[in-house]
Formats: sequence, structure tokens, C-alpha cells
Amino acid sequence: MTLLIAMSLLLSITIVAAALLAIRGSQSLAISILAAGLVSLLASVQFLLLAAPDVAMTEAAIGSGLTTFLFFFVLGRVRGGEHD
Amino acid sequence: MAYIAMTTGFVLILIGLYGALTNRNILRMIVAFTVANTGVNLVMVAVGYLHGRTAPILDAAVPVAEAVERIIDPVPQALVLTAIVIGVGVTALMLAYAYKLYESKRTLDISAFKDLKW
Amino acid sequence: MIRRLFVVLLLFGLAMVFSGLMAGYSPDEVLNLSARYYAEHTAQDIGAANIVTAIIVTFRGLDTLGEVTVLFLTAAIVGLVLSHGRREGRGSGRELPPAGELLTTGTRLLVPLILLLGAYVFVNGHLTPGGGFQGGAILASAILLLLLTDPLRRISHRLITAIESTAGLVFVGIGLLGIVLAGGFLDNRILPIGSLGELFSAGAIPIIYSFIGLKVGAEFSSMLAHLSETEDL
Repeated sequence: MTLLIAMSLLLSITIVAAALLAIRGSQSLAISILAAGLVSLLASVQFLLLAAPDVAMTEAAIGSGLTTFLFFFVLGRVRGGEHD
Repeated sequence: MAYIAMTTGFVLILIGLYGALTNRNILRMIVAFTVANTGVNLVMVAVGYLHGRTAPILDAAVPVAEAVERIIDPVPQALVLTAIVIGVGVTALMLAYAYKLYESKRTLDISAFKDLKW
Repeated sequence: MIRRLFVVLLLFGLAMVFSGLMAGYSPDEVLNLSARYYAEHTAQDIGAANIVTAIIVTFRGLDTLGEVTVLFLTAAIVGLVLSHGRREGRGSGRELPPAGELLTTGTRLLVPLILLLGAYVFVNGHLTPGGGFQGGAILASAILLLLLTDPLRRISHRLITAIESTAGLVFVGIGLLGIVLAGGFLDNRILPIGSLGELFSAGAIPIIYSFIGLKVGAEFSSMLAHLSETEDL
């Protein structure tokens, strides 16, 4: 049980760090998008620890997979707008 | 466990809102919204968690007779499943509008769009 | 600077609200009434081993119908917003280097397997974690792989629309059959419930969830195809 709690705590710290990386305005947008995808992916592991495998699968496939690609499709089109 | 996940969720909501309110680039705002979205999902699943219980799937390990004593609350999970799917739809919609906005003004800076301001 | 101060103040207030919620939260020791009902009655009334699936497809089936409707509207609006003024023909005229041998061969190898995995996930939705939404996303990722290999490829929108509307009509049709043959809209007992834990059990749930999977996969594919068919600005 303590192992589970330690894992959950470590995961939470990583999630918050990735989220801070995702919203920082000073680095490239591609890294922001990847960090947001990482937040989703790690959150899906957290869902697994919370005994919600259905939600974990959905978050991993949809929230972290498809959303990241949707962002990259648009990012590829608006190359000039990245530094606004 | 539930407390850890819930705190993480609330912190994610705050981080996401901070990012959405302070960034001026529309794409960065959308990224921040997806972070906040993940936070809301995390809080909701954490509310349904009961200490020491297992996933709501009946099999050899969780026989039907013991289900009430062994499983966690399945309702928040069903709700969050819906929320994730709707969330990606909303994100796709925001991205499509961001593309159209860039097409019209050639910039993603939110302060350049003041046509409705007076 | 003042703006940022306001933002921080606002978030501080929100943080106070959240900490109040956290302080007042005490975890339940036993299931609440609705969850207890689902836990006790799913096995004999619905016959699905995965209670989350039972809730999504039958107990709250109407919510799911609304959800796929919202997704359909989103896909339609994305198509509408992005289709304006798109030039016909293949791509925007720019020359792309061909995709690498590895990606091309890998795609040819992986796409059928990914489609198979997607179908497996949504057919087994009533037994294992997974179901129509996850399976649909996996189907869409096969389309995504095709788009990555050849960015100028045009996915047939007519095919996607046909799959989506057929799946939606069948979903509603099965729901209406439930009114005629069983207890109400989207009742799964139009087919025998069978024994818990087998593939052909839980009445109409595998069929309904398969069509939801096809519909969701078609909707995600159409969103991806529309976003990838936009032109460079």
C-alpha cells in the first residue's frame, strides 16, 4: 500500500511539473503541446492507480494520442503564428 | 491516494486557468485548457475512489455476490469517459477556429482581434 | 502587470474554494445508493461483466446517444468551418519528400492489425475495460497512420459519412426495437442475456457498442482528415 502511495505521489509531482512546462510562454509551442500530451499520459497512469481502467484507456487513446496530433496538424499550418 | 489525486487535479485546474489567462497566443491558451480539462477529470475519478477496493468489473476475482463490498463507485467513471470524449471534440473545434482566425489576420496574438471591441 | 495581479488574485480565490472543498471531503466507506444498485443489479438485469459499460450503454444509454450527437455536431462544424474555399484536387501543390521506406512498409503492416485491435476492443467492451469510444479512437489512429505516411492522401469523405450515418441509424433503430420488444428505449434485453463473462452475452450491448465504435471512429477520422487537409498559410 505504501508503495502504491509513493508511486502516486511521484506521478503527481511529475504531472504538475509537466503541466508547468506546458503553460510556460517562453519556450517553443511544440514542446508545450508535447508536455500537455505527457500530462494526459501520466494522468492515465494515475487513473489506473485509482482503479479506473476504462477511463485510463480512454485518456491514453483519446486525450493523449488524438489531441496531440490534432494540435500538430494545426501547428504545421500556422508556422508564422508560433511566435506571436 | 484519493487525496493525492484530488490535489493534483485541483492544482492542474489552477495551472491550466493561469496559462489560459496569461498567455496571449491562442494555441497556447488551447493547450492550457486541455491541461485544465485533465485536472477536472482527475478530480472526478478521485471522488469515486474508495480505499482498498478494485475496479468495477465482475470476474473470477470479484464474484457477483461480493461486488457491493469489493468495487468502487462506477458512476463517476462513466461520467469522465463521456467528459474525455466531449473534451477532444471541443479541442478540435477550438483548433479549427484558431486556424480560421489565423487565416483572417495572419497572427495568433489574441490582442490583434478587437473587431468586436468598442 | 496589473492584469497579472488580477489573474493571481482570481486564482488565489479559486484555490481557497478548492481547499475548502478538500477540507470538507470525507471519503465514503460504503457505496452510495445508486452505485449499490448498479453493483447488485448489473449481473442479473444486464448480464455485462464491466459495470461501466453497462451504465454507459443501458442505464444511461440516452446520455450516450446525446454524446455521439455532440461528437457528430463537432465533426460537422469542423468540416464546415474548414471546408470554406478549399481548392479541389490533390493537395496544395507543394512538393513533399516521399515518406521513408520504414514508415511505408510499417503502415502497410500495422494498419490491418490496428483495425483488428480496435474491433476487438469494442466487441469485448462488456467483458474487459474498453468499448466503443476507445475502440473508435484506435480505428481513427489507423487512419492517422495512413495520413502520416502520405499527407496528400485524400480519405474518402463519402465513405466516412456513409459509415457514420449508417452506424447512427442502427444505434437509434436498436434503441427503438427495445421499446417494442423489451422494457424501453435502448433496453438491451431484445436478445438473450446469456451467461456472465461470455462474448455472446449481455443482450444487445456488444452490437450497440460496436456501432458506437464505428460511429466514433468515423467522426474522429473525419476531424483528423479535415484538419490535415487544410492548406499552409
